[in-house]
Amino acid sequence: MKKQPVKVKEKDVYARVKNFEEVVEGFSEQEAQEEASRCLQCKDPRCISGCPVGINIKKFISQITQKDYLGAYLTIREKNDFPSICGRVCPAEYQCRKSCVLTKKDALFASPEAIQIHFLERFIGDYGLKNNLWQKIPLRKDTLLNQKKVAVVGSGPAGLACAGELARQGIKVVVFEGLHQVGGVLRYGIPEFRLPRIVLDKEIEIIKNLGVEIHTNIIIGRTKLLEELFKEGYSAVFLGLGAGTPSFLNISGENLCNIYSANEFLTRLNLMGSGYFPQYHTPLNIGKKIVVIGGGNTAMDAARSALRLQYINGLKGEVAIAYRRTEEEMPARRLEIEHAKEEGIKFEFLIKPQEFLGDKSGKVKKIRFLRCRLGEPDSSGRPRPEVIPGSLFERDCDLAIIAIGLSANRILTQVTPQIKVDKYGDIVVDPDTMQTSFKGVFAGGDIVGGEGTVIEAMGMAKKASQAIREYLSRL
Amino acid sequence: MRLLYKEILAKDQSTRILKFILEAKDIALKAKPGQFVVLMVKKEGERIPLTIVEALPQEGTIILIAQEVGLTTKLLAQMKVGESLYALVGPLGNPTPIKNYGRVILVGGGVGIAELYPVAKALKKADNHITLILGARTKEVLILEAELKVLASDFYITTDDGSYKRKGVVTDVLKELLEDSSGVYNFIYAVGPVPMMLAVSQITKNYNLPTVVSLNSLMVDGTGMCGCCRLTIGGRTRFVCIDGPDFDAHSVNWQELINRNRMYVEKEKEICKLYEKTTS
Repeated sequence: MKKQPVKVKEKDVYARVKNFEEVVEGFSEQEAQEEASRCLQCKDPRCISGCPVGINIKKFISQITQKDYLGAYLTIREKNDFPSICGRVCPAEYQCRKSCVLTKKDALFASPEAIQIHFLERFIGDYGLKNNLWQKIPLRKDTLLNQKKVAVVGSGPAGLACAGELARQGIKVVVFEGLHQVGGVLRYGIPEFRLPRIVLDKEIEIIKNLGVEIHTNIIIGRTKLLEELFKEGYSAVFLGLGAGTPSFLNISGENLCNIYSANEFLTRLNLMGSGYFPQYHTPLNIGKKIVVIGGGNTAMDAARSALRLQYINGLKGEVAIAYRRTEEEMPARRLEIEHAKEEGIKFEFLIKPQEFLGDKSGKVKKIRFLRCRLGEPDSSGRPRPEVIPGSLFERDCDLAIIAIGLSANRILTQVTPQIKVDKYGDIVVDPDTMQTSFKGVFAGGDIVGGEGTVIEAMGMAKKASQAIREYLSRL
Repeated sequence: MRLLYKEILAKDQSTRILKFILEAKDIALKAKPGQFVVLMVKKEGERIPLTIVEALPQEGTIILIAQEVGLTTKLLAQMKVGESLYALVGPLGNPTPIKNYGRVILVGGGVGIAELYPVAKALKKADNHITLILGARTKEVLILEAELKVLASDFYITTDDGSYKRKGVVTDVLKELLEDSSGVYNFIYAVGPVPMMLAVSQITKNYNLPTVVSLNSLMVDGTGMCGCCRLTIGGRTRFVCIDGPDFDAHSVNWQELINRNRMYVEKEKEICKLYEKTTS
């Protein structure tokens, strides 16, 4: 008889909506053993090709079954620097698990039977953190390169991954971060209930232990220009700038009070500690009827954070997510959608905001929506939401969060015309080396090709780090 | 980030305006008139934007001037010389375009006079003919009078209560100047409380006079990441932090700015009250 998937432990829904503690508790050793033993160890494993960084999944799962956790950790770390993070935030159901042979043919995303690779990765990542296994990773110090200095701009997933890779080869790396804390989107964007800060802090600590210096409060393009870094003795630069600027809907009333971008809402909460106001001084308003617009992970994060704030502030939980397509097309992780539903967040599909209405003091009080139906596929390959004429209706709303995506932050590229950008403001790179049109400057993450996942950003950073190494050895 | 010098520039019963000299080598090298920094006094504090009043690259310092309004500016005022800010980043925003406009009127109100100072200096250097109109609530809280006076060919001061120079508001003077000889002026620049900038904008619009204001919306990161500072300007959404802070006054949706700047008034009151309780 086929073994059933091991159900990962999660915090009780009634308790968890009143705090920001991590929802998924992860596998115990026994559970990891049991889940790993379900892996068929395919001769021609498809899961690996589903992983953006090509982790040898078959091998690390086999190592788990042999209780060779160090081996499993080293196998993952060959390709991925942050297994504890990726094991928590990777959309595995669209990636490795979707490619798993146990996923039904032509499924949109992984079947429940598919091996829960992400939870196994997390188990190993956490085991590694707890036992300081990073110290066992072989350093590949190259004496020819250890005179060279590389600057990394941005301390998000791409920047940290690139810095770690280069430092392990004996290259001196200095990371410049614009904000006052390290981690980029992992810090300001992803809530604690998905990625506890202790995990992030430990991963950053490891990077620092490799000799990487991190300078906060420095914006390259403002505080210092890119050209100046080369003058200061850096031989190459990696840009992991992120997809900085929130998009808005461009509809009437959008700048009313209590309408936030998801970036602002989450930044106030995650980076500035607004959940602890007044101990922390940055305020954040909370509504009785909150509407989140969008269908990605950021929308789920914002909605679930808002719901928690309602409960913490003694309000009834009333958060709705409005999405213009259907659940199937939602880009969010299936797990986040499930968790959001369990927690009591309402979903309204096939509706599109038309206008925000405000009260006398300029605060939002209603949203006008139009109903949609699915039409022919658009450029994204998903069916285009078509407005149904005459379908206008209103919903009460005293706080709205817009989570419809981000576009490139142009602070650096605006003052650095040598760097070629595309029409979206994203940096154009040679896909083989991640090198930009500026000699010695490489880029990766969301600033290349728009919004992607943490693991994709790390994959690009990894590729760039190899190219940087080669570039340095030619100097 | 280290505080090297602190001075109370002005005070009365209700408020104080202070000058701070901070160590900020990199920022001092880059700062241009009209740009600002974002700072945090404490780890648990807010990020607030403040205009760079002066940058001294040789000394590696910048000068900020702030009025005690909310908790963060109060905490800033409490800092002792030798202590460091928790965070300081900049220069942010676009510099004010400095060129020879010809005859310009610069209008500053309240602590906004501090923000006017670097622009006035730069415009003077670019050989503009400068008329300055400064306004303060009362004599005690008027700042930088001597520093600005030397830059101006024509110089006017108003106080709301008539305690110094002319009783009234800056726009009284502006209106008269434009009524008498509107054709003579080429450019107006105003910075101060929103109602003042709005009043300036309404007057100069009648004369179709190019008018630029430096907006003071709320910010978090100050680098275009959050959209807290966004406003409808010229019919489309702009970010004050990366598209501004200077904008054409006649394109600004002023009511939106007034409303958005009041978004946390209650919370600010609450936290200030708490702070007073713990310090008294």
